[in-house]
Amino acid sequence: MSVIYLLLAVSILVALIFFIAFIVSVKNGQYDDSYTPSIRMLFDDEIVKVKKNN
Amino acid sequence: MKMEQFYYDNKIVKKFIYATLLWGIVGFSIGLLLALMFLFPNITDGISWLSFGRLRPLHTNAVIFAFVGNAIYAGVYYSLQRLLKTRMASNFLSNFNFWGWQAIIVAAAITLPLGYTTSKEYAELEWPIDIAIALVWVAFGVNMIWTILQRRQRHLYVAVWFYLGTFVTVAVLHIFNSLELSVSFLKSYSVYAGVQDALVQWWYGHNAVAFFLTTPFLGLMYYFVPKAANRPVYSYKLSIVHFWSLIFIYIWAGPHHLLYSSLPDWAQNLGVAFSIMLIAPSWGGMINGLLTLRGAWDKVRTDPVLKFMVVAITGYGMATFEGPMLSLKNVNAIAHFSDWIIAHVHVGALAWNGFLTFGMLYWMIPRMFKTQLYSKGLANFHFWIGTLGIVMYALPMYVAGFVQASMWKQFNPDGTLTYENFMSTVNEIMPMYWMRAIGGSLFIVGAIVMLYNVIMTVRSGSKVTDELAEAPALVKVSKYRQKGEGYHTWLERKPVKLTLFATVAILIGGVVQIIPTLLIDSNIPTITSVKPYSPLELEGRDLYIREGCVGCHSQMIRPFRSEVARYGEYSKAGEFVYDHPFLWGSKRTGPDLLRVGGKYPDSWHFNHMYDPQSTSTGSIMPRYQWLIRNKHDLSDTEAKMKAMVSLGVPYTESDIENARENMKTQAEGIANNILEIPDINTSFEEEKKFYGTQFIPLQEREIIALIAYLQRLGTDIKVKDIKEQLSKNN
Repeated sequence: MSVIYLLLAVSILVALIFFIAFIVSVKNGQYDDSYTPSIRMLFDDEIVKVKKNN
Repeated sequence: MKMEQFYYDNKIVKKFIYATLLWGIVGFSIGLLLALMFLFPNITDGISWLSFGRLRPLHTNAVIFAFVGNAIYAGVYYSLQRLLKTRMASNFLSNFNFWGWQAIIVAAAITLPLGYTTSKEYAELEWPIDIAIALVWVAFGVNMIWTILQRRQRHLYVAVWFYLGTFVTVAVLHIFNSLELSVSFLKSYSVYAGVQDALVQWWYGHNAVAFFLTTPFLGLMYYFVPKAANRPVYSYKLSIVHFWSLIFIYIWAGPHHLLYSSLPDWAQNLGVAFSIMLIAPSWGGMINGLLTLRGAWDKVRTDPVLKFMVVAITGYGMATFEGPMLSLKNVNAIAHFSDWIIAHVHVGALAWNGFLTFGMLYWMIPRMFKTQLYSKGLANFHFWIGTLGIVMYALPMYVAGFVQASMWKQFNPDGTLTYENFMSTVNEIMPMYWMRAIGGSLFIVGAIVMLYNVIMTVRSGSKVTDELAEAPALVKVSKYRQKGEGYHTWLERKPVKLTLFATVAILIGGVVQIIPTLLIDSNIPTITSVKPYSPLELEGRDLYIREGCVGCHSQMIRPFRSEVARYGEYSKAGEFVYDHPFLWGSKRTGPDLLRVGGKYPDSWHFNHMYDPQSTSTGSIMPRYQWLIRNKHDLSDTEAKMKAMVSLGVPYTESDIENARENMKTQAEGIANNILEIPDINTSFEEEKKFYGTQFIPLQEREIIALIAYLQRLGTDIKVKDIKEQLSKNN
C-alpha cells in the first residue's frame, strides 16, 4: 500500500502546480474582466477577401 | 495600435481532421466486430491476432487515443491559434506531433493483435511505444506553451486553460503508470505489484477518462459551442469556476474503480467522497454549455452542428451524473463487473466524445475550405441515425447489467445460488447483445455517411492551407509597471514558464527518490503460504496476459455472500504481492478465475481451450486452438525471473538455475494427465505419425504453461487454513 503515498504526493503536487497557476493567473489580472473574453472569442481575425464582380 | 498580419496554420488542422475520421471508423468497426463476437464467438476462428482478447484493447486504444486523440489535436490546433491570435509556434513540432501520433497508432495496431500487451487497461502498449507517447505528448505541450508565450491576446480564454490542464496531468499520469521493467524489446513487467499496481492503474485509468476524454473536450466545448451558436458562453465566471474546481477534484477519484476490492477501506472511501463531489463542477459545466444556447434554440432546430453539440453535452451530463452514482458503494456492488459499465462508458464515448467531435468537424470543415457543407440533409441523417444508435446501444446494456447483477446475487430459500451455472446469465442477456450490435452498426453507418459528406465538401472547397489573419500586437507591460519589481513579481508574470519548470523539476526529483524506496519496502500484510509462481506458471501467466483473458475474466472475489458462494473465499491483499502486473480485471463476461485452481482436471482445461462449447454448452468464449498447436517459446524464462527478482520477488539463485528442469517436470506432469484421456491420446498419436520428426510433444506446447497457471490460481490460500489461523489468533 505504500504506493498510495506516492500517488498522494504526486496528486498533491499536481494540485499544487495548478493552485500556483491559479494564484498567479488571478494576480496577473487574468480574471479581472470576466465578461469581455466570452464576447471577444466570437470575432474572427481572418481577413475576408471580398470578391468584386466586374 | 499597430496591426500585425500573420497566417493561421490550417494544414495541420486538416491533417488531424482526416486522421480523426479515418481512425474513428476503424475504431468503431473493431468495436462492432467485438460486439459480433458475443453473438458468434468463433467468427474469427483460428486467427490468433483477430481473437477477442487481443482486439479488445485495440478497440479501446483506437477509440480513445486514435479517434478522440486526433479530434483533440484538430480542435486544439484550430482554436488555440485563433484564441491566442497567433500561428502555432513551430511547424516542425506540429508535424512531429501529427506524424509521431500516427506512428504510435500504427505501432499499436500491429503490436496489440500480436499479443504484445502490458494488460493494464488503456495503458496496454509496451514500453518502447510508451516512450514514444511521452515524447510526442511533450512535443505537443511544448508547442502549445511556446505558442501561448507568443500570443497576441494577454487573457487566456478558459478553453486554453483546459488544454493546459490536460497536457500537464496526462503527462504525469502516463509517466507514473508506465513505470515498468523491460525483459525484452516488447515485454516488460509493471514495477508495482498486486494492490499497489491496481491502485496506480486506476489512478491512471480514471484520470485517462478525466483528462483525456473530458477536460480537453470541455475546452473544445467552450470554444466551439459559442462559436457555432454565435452566442457567448452562458456564464464566463462559471466556466472559470468549472475549470479550477474540476481539476482539483478529479485526480482523487480513482479508487472508485476498486470498491470492495482488496484496497484498504480508507482509500476506497477517499475515492468515493471525491467522486460524489465531482457532480458539482461537472453539472455546472454541463448547464453552462446548454444554457449557452439560450435564445438560440430555434437554431438548434435547423442546424445539425448544434444538434450534435446538444446531444453531446446532454451525454456529458448523463455520464457525469451516473459516475458519482456508480461510485456509491451500494450501487457499485451491483454495477461493477457487469454490462452496466459498458453502457456507462459508451454514453460518454459515443455521445460526449463522438457527437462533440462530429459537431465540431461539421462546423470547422466548411469554414476551413471556404465553402458550404455538401449536404445538410446527410448531416441531419447522421445526427438521427447516430442518436438512435446510442440509444439502441446503451439501453440494452443497462438492462443486461441489471439482469446480470440480479441473477448473480439470487439465492434459493435453502441458501444455494439460484443460477449456479454462470452460463444462465449469459444465455439470458443474448438478446441485449444483439441489440447492442445493431445500435453500434447504426452509429457506424452515420460515421460513414459523414465521411462521404466531408469528402464531397472538401472536393468542392478551396485549399487554403495558410490563412491570413490580422490582430494588434500584444502591448508590452510598460516600464512603469515593472519599476521596482522583485524576482517574484517577474516570475508571477511568467506563469507558463513557472508551471513548466516547476513540473519538470519536481517530477524528476520525485521519480528518482520515491520509486526506489517504494520498491524496497512494502507493507502489505504478507501471507506465509503465498509463494512466487513456478517458472512454468510465470510463463503461463504471460500467456494469460498475451491473450487478453483479463478482458473477460476478473480475478477479484468481492466479500459478498453471493460471490463467496459462487467463486470461493474472497480476495486478500496479501495474495497478490508477486503479481506484476495485477490481473484483477474489470468485467465479467465470463466467471471470475481467482479460485479456479484445482477446480477442474487438467484435461478439462485442455478440452475447454480447444472447444469451449464442448465443455460449457452455450459458452460465448472463443476457441484458443493455437495455444494447443504452438510450441512454447521459453527462451526468456531466466530473464523474466531475474526481472522479477529485481522487483522484489524472492526467487533464489538456484530457482533460476534449475528453472528449465523445474519447468520440464511440471510440464510433463500436466501433459501426462491430459494424455490419460484416450481420445486426446489417440489424436496425438495420429498427429505424431503424420508429422514425424516435426512433431512437437504436448509438454512443449503453450497450453501446458497456461494450464499450470490456471491450476495454481488462488490455491495459495486454503480457506481451512485461514480459519485455523484465526482461531489460533483469538
